[in-house]
Amino acid sequence: MKKHDHKEPLFRISKSGYVPLQKAWAIRMVALLLALIVSALIIFSIVKLNPIKVYGTMFQGAFGTNKRMWVTIRDTMMLLCIGLGLAPAFKMRFWNIGAEGQVLVGGIASAACMIYLRDKVSSTAVLPIMFVCSMLAGAVWGFIPGFFKAKYGTNETLFTLMMNYIAIQLTSYFVALWENPYGSNTVGVINSRSKFGWFPPIFGQMYVLNVIIVLVLVVTIYVYLNYSKQGFEIAVVGDSENTARYCGIDVKRVIIRTMVISGAICGIAGFLAVAGAGHTISVSTAGGRGFTTIIVAWMAKFNSFVMVLFSALLVFLEKGAMEIASRYQLSDYVSSMVTGIILFFILGSEFFINFKVTLRKRFSKEVSQ
Amino acid sequence: MKKLIAVLFVLVLALTIVGFNAEAAPEDFKLGIILVHDENSGYDMAHIDGVLGAQEKLGLTNDQIIFKYNIPETEACYDNAVDLAEQGCDLIISDSYGHQSYMMQAAEEYPEVTFVAATGDTAWKEPMENVANFFPHTYESRYVSGVVAGMKLKELLDSGAVKDPYVGYVGAYPYAEVVSGYTAFFLGIRSIVPEAHMDVQYTNSWYDPKAEGEAANALISRGCVIIGQHADSTGAPSAIQAAKDSGKVVYSVGYNVSMLAVAPTAALTSAQNRWDALYTPTIEKSMKGEAVPKDFSVGYANDAVQIAPLGPEVAEGTAEAVDAVIAGIIDGSLNIFDTANFTVNGETITTFLALDTDGDWAGDTGEAIENGIFYESKLISAPYFSLRIDGITELTNE
Repeated sequence: MKKHDHKEPLFRISKSGYVPLQKAWAIRMVALLLALIVSALIIFSIVKLNPIKVYGTMFQGAFGTNKRMWVTIRDTMMLLCIGLGLAPAFKMRFWNIGAEGQVLVGGIASAACMIYLRDKVSSTAVLPIMFVCSMLAGAVWGFIPGFFKAKYGTNETLFTLMMNYIAIQLTSYFVALWENPYGSNTVGVINSRSKFGWFPPIFGQMYVLNVIIVLVLVVTIYVYLNYSKQGFEIAVVGDSENTARYCGIDVKRVIIRTMVISGAICGIAGFLAVAGAGHTISVSTAGGRGFTTIIVAWMAKFNSFVMVLFSALLVFLEKGAMEIASRYQLSDYVSSMVTGIILFFILGSEFFINFKVTLRKRFSKEVSQ
Repeated sequence: MKKLIAVLFVLVLALTIVGFNAEAAPEDFKLGIILVHDENSGYDMAHIDGVLGAQEKLGLTNDQIIFKYNIPETEACYDNAVDLAEQGCDLIISDSYGHQSYMMQAAEEYPEVTFVAATGDTAWKEPMENVANFFPHTYESRYVSGVVAGMKLKELLDSGAVKDPYVGYVGAYPYAEVVSGYTAFFLGIRSIVPEAHMDVQYTNSWYDPKAEGEAANALISRGCVIIGQHADSTGAPSAIQAAKDSGKVVYSVGYNVSMLAVAPTAALTSAQNRWDALYTPTIEKSMKGEAVPKDFSVGYANDAVQIAPLGPEVAEGTAEAVDAVIAGIIDGSLNIFDTANFTVNGETITTFLALDTDGDWAGDTGEAIENGIFYESKLISAPYFSLRIDGITELTNE
């Protein structure tokens, strides 16, 4: 046993201090480039396709036509909206895994308005009603785990996760209730003739309202988290509950309030999904985005503006992957692999930004300190 | 910096060129196909075969056909239909019932593109001209497969191996397409074994191997000796083969594909659609710039339906009986939904309104019965026989 030998390890990993912004972004770009190279090697060795051509196809898939570009934007806004919902909760170190369910209940609320309010209110009045109903539905779905966490210290990860399954079952129930045609187990396009409760096209584009709503949210959440008293409270509670208590912050109140806000924004995402995109409701209305967004929120470190970039990247990868699968008649697996590799490298790059790797001194030419 | 810009410029240029190359096609006509699953599902495989058959007959190149696989019956269908239209498709065909409302939504935005929702039932009441439905006379092949099952059932009864002529059926969803199919199957059986009775177990999914297997096992444990199916996987035949291997007397009648690969001794036959009989004329019309009829449905007379090769344990004389029945269907002497052959709540049906215009799921126009015969797939292509006839029990689905 040479326990006390203290031989210096080959690598030493230490937390790096301040990293200039440019350097951090340079590291991320290098990571992206490396990811593309590794994916290219894999694409070439497995499916024998020209990787540049495949990347070109991915680009086509996301931006190839005007319509595709708008669909890419629409889906980016959707992902971004959920990310904005998660940000306050995550910043408070409250692991809200329940965005999927919060989006779904918001979607159910919107669909219910579209179905039960037709012929009762005007088509312009229904949109604000749907907005509020979806927000409230999401807020309730966020309040429940927030309340139990604050009151009884329940595990919020499990609680919010379980709430997803309840929301999914609830959605199945409403799909069966509203199915169209009868017996098909799908709701189909709601109000396809009258377009009641649909976002009106602005400048001839169907998805402009989605963009406006989400961009307003981006700015609001940024200001709320960084420049408001409540945002500060969230940060303190997240860093240390004891400190927060010592400062006189009502921790329970902050937890519940933040989860209500988090759920409400996810509810708005449900409103966007139903009124602004799908015009239908199904268990796949949230489509796993509630989970995908966790990556977005984390990679962006809860900065809403950076979230725009990462949402766009993820949607781009998804659209690109689908196009590869369709164009080259591949299964989705190859394209999913590419997406996986790129995400892996980008997540990995955070390690090199946050930590410094020092080589054993003997091998290192320069003598430090 | 200049160098960087130059590199970027070249990259963008390269991507653009690649993009344009990919878009180029030798012929003008483009066809888009939206499939609910992929080739692993027998139903979708039959559609793919149909498209490839039409491709060969019409001389289309691979570049002229764009497939979209695994498109669920959700807004994803709309996105994909729009995407195909944007890629320049002149004709877009979706293969699953639940796709239709999304196809209609896309059709409204692209009036110059024709949208066909195969198996759909709403094109006839849409105001747009560029929408259509088609559906083969699946009830004919189901009836014939029922005759095969009936022959086997009679053999089992005659030999004493079975006392109760109890038949089961694994259905996807409780609506007309499935009801019409299982009723035709049952009437086929009853043309041989008049005292036969049948239970239907729903899975509420088009493709769910596990649920279909479980439904088959549930029916077997209730005592069913022949089990038909209207669901798209091999789940039920596999489960039936396993039960048969363990010593039970039970046989399978499949759908879409021959089940002999998964149920080599239990499979009697399968009801099959030959979709190319529908794809070919539809695509041909669209290529020539002619209007695609809003509803199009053909059957045995046009080779649009068939049954799969008979299994090794079918009853003696089955092939001859099948040929006679098919001949009868083709020459019109055999009417499957002859109201003399079934009753509803003990009574013979004299009138049935098949089409619904006000959206309450109850027919309010379109008399389907003429001279005592219920004509299926005549008013519109999709099946509308939704009567629950005596002798069939739908087990409550959860």
